[in-house]
Amino acid sequence: MRAWHFSETAYPYLPPADSYPSIRVSLPNRIYDPQKGAALYDRYIDEWLIAEDEGVEIMLNEHHQTATCVDPAAPLMLAALARLSKKARLLILGNPIANRRQPVRVAEEMAMIDVLSHGRLEAGFVRGVPYEILPANSNPVRMNERHWEALDLIVKTWTHRDGPFSHEGRFFHHRAINIWPRPIQQPHPPIWVSTTSPGGAAQVGAKGYVQATFLTGFDTTKRIYEAYRRGWREAGRGQDVPIDRLAYAALIYVGENEARARAGAEKLLWYVTSNKVPPHFANPPGYLPVAANVQLVRGAQNVVSAYGTKQGTVDGAIEAGTMFAGTPDQVLKQIQKHWNHVGGYGQLLIMGQAGFLEHDDTVHGIRTFAREVYPQLKALYPDTTISGFTEPANAAAS
Amino acid sequence: MKTTTIKIAGIDLEVFEAGEGPPLLWLHGGQGFNPKEEFVPPLAARRRLIVPSHPGFGRSGLPEWLDSVDDIAHIYLELMDRLELDAADFVGCSIGGWIAAEMAAKSPERIRRLVMVGPVGVKVGSADKLDIPDIFAMPQDDASKLLYHDPAKMKVDLAKLTDDELSTMFRNRETLALLVWEPWMHNPKLKRRLHRAAMPALFVRGESDGLVSADYLAAYAKLLPNSRTLTITAAGHVLHLEQPQALANAVLEFLEKAP
Repeated sequence: MRAWHFSETAYPYLPPADSYPSIRVSLPNRIYDPQKGAALYDRYIDEWLIAEDEGVEIMLNEHHQTATCVDPAAPLMLAALARLSKKARLLILGNPIANRRQPVRVAEEMAMIDVLSHGRLEAGFVRGVPYEILPANSNPVRMNERHWEALDLIVKTWTHRDGPFSHEGRFFHHRAINIWPRPIQQPHPPIWVSTTSPGGAAQVGAKGYVQATFLTGFDTTKRIYEAYRRGWREAGRGQDVPIDRLAYAALIYVGENEARARAGAEKLLWYVTSNKVPPHFANPPGYLPVAANVQLVRGAQNVVSAYGTKQGTVDGAIEAGTMFAGTPDQVLKQIQKHWNHVGGYGQLLIMGQAGFLEHDDTVHGIRTFAREVYPQLKALYPDTTISGFTEPANAAAS
Repeated sequence: MKTTTIKIAGIDLEVFEAGEGPPLLWLHGGQGFNPKEEFVPPLAARRRLIVPSHPGFGRSGLPEWLDSVDDIAHIYLELMDRLELDAADFVGCSIGGWIAAEMAAKSPERIRRLVMVGPVGVKVGSADKLDIPDIFAMPQDDASKLLYHDPAKMKVDLAKLTDDELSTMFRNRETLALLVWEPWMHNPKLKRRLHRAAMPALFVRGESDGLVSADYLAAYAKLLPNSRTLTITAAGHVLHLEQPQALANAVLEFLEKAP
């Protein structure tokens, strides 16, 4: 089991939520004070480096036009971390390649970071949440198709050694691709892809990339992992899916005692409760399939924005499997319960900082996890563990 | 009255026809076409009314290669070939007007007379302001105020629609986004091409249209050498829903009586 400290580098100093319609896309940036922002960057980078000192890996992601995540050019932050850190793996999860016009440029950025960090890059790729559409001026229709063409082109760009090659595809066109530098890791850095749907997970499984899913709780995560393992097996990768192919991101806060843990967990909920986004940003036309939109009219919940509703309390979030919080023993038990329910995973993405969780409390959470919980998780779930061990041997045939 | 499927460029196009007389092609707007709409009987009473559902709208197919209004203009020129129409009158509503304008720029001889109803498709204003407001970036109620003269009356209770109707509505919306997203609601080249479209043209808008302004309509009309404008009261952007009879009257009068 590997654990990752994930910070969204949030900017929490906002006016009352009822004074603005959306924390994303349209919140005027006059609210952002660059001086305070600079101090926050310093602090968040320190926290990543403390996590590294504690043996935890480093993870970051990218969002645009939002106070929830002030990291619109995540490769820049990753480049800084590549020089400031020494040993941690560096996961960007991820590059929103359906929203980026030049996949080859993304391949160049990632190759540079791999070289700068002496081979510590873990390169993640995401479709991106719906509120990324407007900031990117990206067409919400056919994102998935763009995503996969871009990812395949990036892999080819990383691995091609023999001078310029061309690509005339459906969405991207290049006459002479020949990047310098190329990555250190061979044949290329590990690839991660996030998804919230079983259909997407089967595709990721077929490729054998690491599948990450965020705040999908018990049953949805289980379905996604099952789909991943099915895709993996049907692509002929063998019956056994190593747990390191599967990642789960949860809000996690471990405190030395219940009172401190509860206080930290309450502050972590900012992730969920601050995410005020109106429907026209949360569901642009074409982002969700037609059938999913029909189901929304019939009363279904929008998976992408649902976690603001029923999981707005610490107890509710723990029950839903989107948060693990408490003393070391309590958190270990919560993770074990979730791990067993979904069939097992080998990457734990710790959303361990949010909003007003101050530096000292953030560090306390990181350290308590790293010292009291992480060693037990590593012992319980060594990297050689097989995911989905409860499934019948002939699952691929069914 | 009949609906048939005609295969053009590998696409199964749903084509509605009603009435007899000189051919009139109706190119629908972003909400698609419903044969029960009230403008149909008055037009079909005097004309052979032909209404294709654009690729990706209604029951028409959407191939993976199609992603622009220009693509549809090419397909409809071929549809005219298939229907053996050397020339026809056209009514284009909203993005249907955009399609008609692309066709008029390519093959002006195939459009006898052209009616543009709340048309989009050109950029006439300054770079720092959208010519057409971004209806996808605002609450539905705000969009309705721009679309309709009387939003309360035009409000649709989604819960009462069948799954089939809802699916068509969401699919139409998705295809609309595919076609108009970037550049938003226009082809930057189109205004440099319309001077060849010398057929008589009538540009119509509803007085309360919050998407297509009077200035936009006037500037668009000026790009065609033989055009004029008309405003219909008590209507917004979707004239055929709010003022079907007045729109049908204006269309027929222009097609039949205007010099």
